[in-house]
Amino acid sequence: MTTLAPPMGRRLRWTFADGLTLVGRELGRLRQEPGELVGALVFPAIMVVLFGYVFGSAIQVPDGGDYREYLMPGLFSMVTFTAVQGVMGRMAADSARGVMDRFRSMPMARLAVPFGQTGADSLVGLPLLAVMVGAGLLVGWQPHRGLIPAAGAFGLILLLRYALSWVGVYVGLVVKNEQIVAQVVVPLFLPFTMLSNSFVPTGGMPGWLRFLADWNPVSALTAASRELFGNPGAPSGDVAWPLAHPVAAVLFWSAALLGVFVPLSLRAFTRRGR
Amino acid sequence: MSDPMVVAEGLHKSFGDTHALRGLDLSVPRGTVCGVLGPNGAGKTTAVRILATLSDPDAGHARIAGYDVVREAGQVRDRIGLAGQYAAVDEKLTGRGNLRMFGRLYHLSRREAHRRADELLERFDLMDAADRQVAGYSGGMRRRLDLITSLILRPEVLFLDEPTTGLDPRSRGEIWDSVRELVADGTTVLLTTQYLDEADQLADDIAVIDHGRVIATGTPDELKATMGDRLDVVLEDPAALRPAATVLTTLAGTEPTTTSADRLSVALPGGGFRLADIVRELDRAGVAAVDVSLRRPTLDEVFLRLTDRKERVS
Repeated sequence: MTTLAPPMGRRLRWTFADGLTLVGRELGRLRQEPGELVGALVFPAIMVVLFGYVFGSAIQVPDGGDYREYLMPGLFSMVTFTAVQGVMGRMAADSARGVMDRFRSMPMARLAVPFGQTGADSLVGLPLLAVMVGAGLLVGWQPHRGLIPAAGAFGLILLLRYALSWVGVYVGLVVKNEQIVAQVVVPLFLPFTMLSNSFVPTGGMPGWLRFLADWNPVSALTAASRELFGNPGAPSGDVAWPLAHPVAAVLFWSAALLGVFVPLSLRAFTRRGR
Repeated sequence: MSDPMVVAEGLHKSFGDTHALRGLDLSVPRGTVCGVLGPNGAGKTTAVRILATLSDPDAGHARIAGYDVVREAGQVRDRIGLAGQYAAVDEKLTGRGNLRMFGRLYHLSRREAHRRADELLERFDLMDAADRQVAGYSGGMRRRLDLITSLILRPEVLFLDEPTTGLDPRSRGEIWDSVRELVADGTTVLLTTQYLDEADQLADDIAVIDHGRVIATGTPDELKATMGDRLDVVLEDPAALRPAATVLTTLAGTEPTTTSADRLSVALPGGGFRLADIVRELDRAGVAAVDVSLRRPTLDEVFLRLTDRKERVS
């Protein structure tokens, strides 16, 4: 696009520096409105209590384990999915209010915007995960297979969260409208997180629904966490590929989402059509 | 005079079936304010978006300070500031936080970004609100913050896309003062507006655009001169409307417009009319006038005539 583009090294350095500035922007927003962060942190804790004790009172785990032990990996996945809506809302708001146009008219590194946004979301993901772990430990959940597999599970959770945040970047950039984004969040969030093995085993679902649930990346993440934490609920018998090899499936899904949505987002961001 | 800072030649841009620009030409000399006037949908914003590297033209080309907006977008972005219709700042941050963040994104050092933020807040009278969240700012304060955010790098060319739309008169006056100060510093400004008095107040040159094309250019005075002076007559008795209209038609060569039951207005061709002669002519026809005045046309009248719209635009 530019004939006298700065050398690659400097461009990379600016992309990184500008990305950090935008991460700092998100942290600055949270400092101005700490209520938002508190709300985001309280939500998963409420989920643990609500699902743990409401559903837990009625649902039988297939191999006889504790429901809250079964549930926690599912809730980790559910909270992971919130990355989509958060990033989507931010990108749409910036587009709608002209902030994105200002970024585009500045001599800053263009790619820093989506990278900074997704990076900031990953940082926010850490305290969320910590609150979930704390709440889980309180209600009797724990990892059983030791530190390294547990760290592996957290790593997968953060990886998929990062990949999902790029879906949010793309949708937010394309929709460009906060109101529409706010309206699609619930119909998007609920089916994706509920239509999975997170709260109940998929074995009892009708065939077509079970197929969707088995191939939902949320299910792969939940199954992988159960495996790595040593929590109950590993499906037995004839199971779909993602549930039989959940760790590989999460890696596959993350790579696929990044492979599709990073280029799409970058194209949508740098395109100068309008 | 040196080369113009903003040059557009034959810009075309379509969105589907809508032709937003059809061969737009512009030229803005260094250190001047060019007011781009046009009704809604005339292509003002599209033109600014292309000049500010946000959008590529379908045909034609444009240069800012000699750099092509498509091929040398990076150089162009180093030299421009853009302030839009909406306040493009982060509402969740404070005023100071916004200026510091954008300063960093302009690649100022941390210290320099902080210093520049304070300097701008001080100079444009936002220091008292510096540490408040922008969400709590008034419309005028937001717009001023938006404007000074685009000044962080001391741009050579500043694009102001309807900078005062929706503001109260006082806030508009404040924005105007800020723009005048910038021009005094040598900044070249391209201003789009629907408010003709804004262009009259600020612009050295005006380009009137309609249907994606420039239909007239000139200084505000030159544009007004193309229409000749206006003669306004207020009658004592509305019944005298008809004889008064006859007198004015003879004088001006065109029929006057009746602006209310007892008021007539007509454009006089060329100069050479004296108020005393006009009053005498009216007297001779037995028309008693409460008020007869000869004046320059307003830019509104010029604009309405040029764009041939019946309704007022502002």
